[in-house]
Amino acid sequence: MSTPQPPMPQTAAPNWQAAPGSSYPTYTSPIPVVRTHLGHALASEWTKIRSVRSTMWTLGVFVLLVVGIGLAAAALVAANSSGAGLSEENPLSFGFFGLLLGSMCIITLGVLTTASEYGTGMIRTTMTACPTRGRVLAAKAIVFFAVAFVVTLASVLLVALADVAMLDAREPSGEEWLKGTVGISLYIALLGLLSLVVGSIIRHSAGAITIMIGVLLAPLVIALFMFSQSLEDLQRALFEYSIPNQLSVFYEQSLSETGPSGWDPLWIMLVVTAAAFAGAYALLEQRDV
Amino acid sequence: MWRFSVGGMIELEGLTKRYGEKVAVNNLTFAVRPGIVTGFLGPNGAGKSTTMRMVLGLDHPTAGDVRIDGKHYDQLKDPLTYIGALLEAKAWHGGRSAYNHLLCLAQSNGIPRRRVREVLETVGLTSVARKKTKGFSMGMGQRLGIAGALLGDPRILMFDEPVNGLDPEGIHWIRNLMKSLAAQGRTVFVSSHLMSEMALTADHLVVIGQGRLLADTSMADFIARNSKSYVRIRTPQRELLLDVLHTAGITAVEAGNGTLEVDGGKAEQIGELAARHGVVLHELSPQQASLEEAFMQLTAESVEYHAHSAAPQAQPAEQQPWGEGWRRS
Repeated sequence: MSTPQPPMPQTAAPNWQAAPGSSYPTYTSPIPVVRTHLGHALASEWTKIRSVRSTMWTLGVFVLLVVGIGLAAAALVAANSSGAGLSEENPLSFGFFGLLLGSMCIITLGVLTTASEYGTGMIRTTMTACPTRGRVLAAKAIVFFAVAFVVTLASVLLVALADVAMLDAREPSGEEWLKGTVGISLYIALLGLLSLVVGSIIRHSAGAITIMIGVLLAPLVIALFMFSQSLEDLQRALFEYSIPNQLSVFYEQSLSETGPSGWDPLWIMLVVTAAAFAGAYALLEQRDV
Repeated sequence: MWRFSVGGMIELEGLTKRYGEKVAVNNLTFAVRPGIVTGFLGPNGAGKSTTMRMVLGLDHPTAGDVRIDGKHYDQLKDPLTYIGALLEAKAWHGGRSAYNHLLCLAQSNGIPRRRVREVLETVGLTSVARKKTKGFSMGMGQRLGIAGALLGDPRILMFDEPVNGLDPEGIHWIRNLMKSLAAQGRTVFVSSHLMSEMALTADHLVVIGQGRLLADTSMADFIARNSKSYVRIRTPQRELLLDVLHTAGITAVEAGNGTLEVDGGKAEQIGELAARHGVVLHELSPQQASLEEAFMQLTAESVEYHAHSAAPQAQPAEQQPWGEGWRRS
């Protein structure tokens, strides 16, 4: 054993006493009884997410990827371009590569938030402490979404400011700023939330992460191998609605002319996540823990 | 006992849990009362843990009902301050410290933060409170689980196999803890597969085997009924001895292996009779039927079929109800 055996407690019995004066006890505790609500569950989930190292790891790597690759891409372009070629470009779009890779970290953290409780057995403790299962799922979703959104927004904003300063591109419009920072951060946080929900459905970390990475990359990869004429429509749809392409829509750099545009990706992800959430809630109520 | 029934009752009514074809818990009806330690006894895989999970609303019963003071577990507004449970060992994230594990539990029920330190002190884990639980030994894990159960200072406590993995000192501690909790008027419901353990702690006994209720009795009754004393005799002059005993009004029964058994503590009397009539005795020994034997007899059915269940002595997995092999054969 790496950890020393703890010393024995001095007293055999706990040092709190039954309420005085009650001749026949059912035991009455001195601890105030509180009607629990969502706020309690939120506090609990916040403690959980900040007290495990996997959160620090996944978010640390995420920030590293987004900021690192974002700055490196901008520096590389700035060093190699003569200036004239960039003048029509949206400088925010150089954050894309880092964010695409970084989204895998958010997916992992999302899945771990729910699925790891099934792996460790913690879920039984959690559900005993809060038998309203929907409340547990809601609290996890809210806490995770807030964390993912704030961290993504901070990283993206940093990269955006650096890109605008470093590159000789045009000044982005107000809507481009909004889409390229807040919009894309909401999208990434929703992608993470979808992973959290999938983790709750699959109840297995590795399985759920695999599925989500598949969702992220498979459509694009599959579309690459669709050579047949008859599949052309399907190939185009897979391209256009693949998550990397949806991400690029936030920079108005879609790989194609048709397909989602403007704020569409956000609404698509919102609908998909809401549907998955409803499914996860129904399953959670129904299944044994 | 009814004077206790003001609160803290766990009542099971025809509780049944089926996993596909297997019946893990079969029509259990009994009540757990406050103020005493109720032992929940059964061989491995008898359905004890499944029953406890249903009490806590973790598993949905296939049929029947279990209520805590008339409510389903998920209707409790303050679950941890009402009922505390130690389920299977190490039901937590190994990367989290003991303190943070208990803190997130406390927060989920609005329990003041100071209680976390108090229960850590109670179970003797204060010195390792900030360490990751991954490195905890089995015994330390049990202590953390018990700390979690005590956190809300609840009126009902459930412990699933609490002595597993504890050292003798720890076992002694948990026995005293359970007794003192019951003495404060709380309901203490504790499962075990060891009769000897229950004999030392429980006031009331519920025995199940293959998910069925086999006994629901006070410990004192169980002991009185099952721990009878008798005298074992071996003699080469069986007929002569039987005659002598018969004349003296003592009934002896054949117990196999050429031994005779006489109920009660009559060893001296039989020895004197044998000496007076010149009967040779090879053995004359007072015996006490152990509670363990009584328990094994009670659950013999399950054990019997356990031995038949698989040809090369394969043990069914811990959680597997025993019904499967039995049905196939």
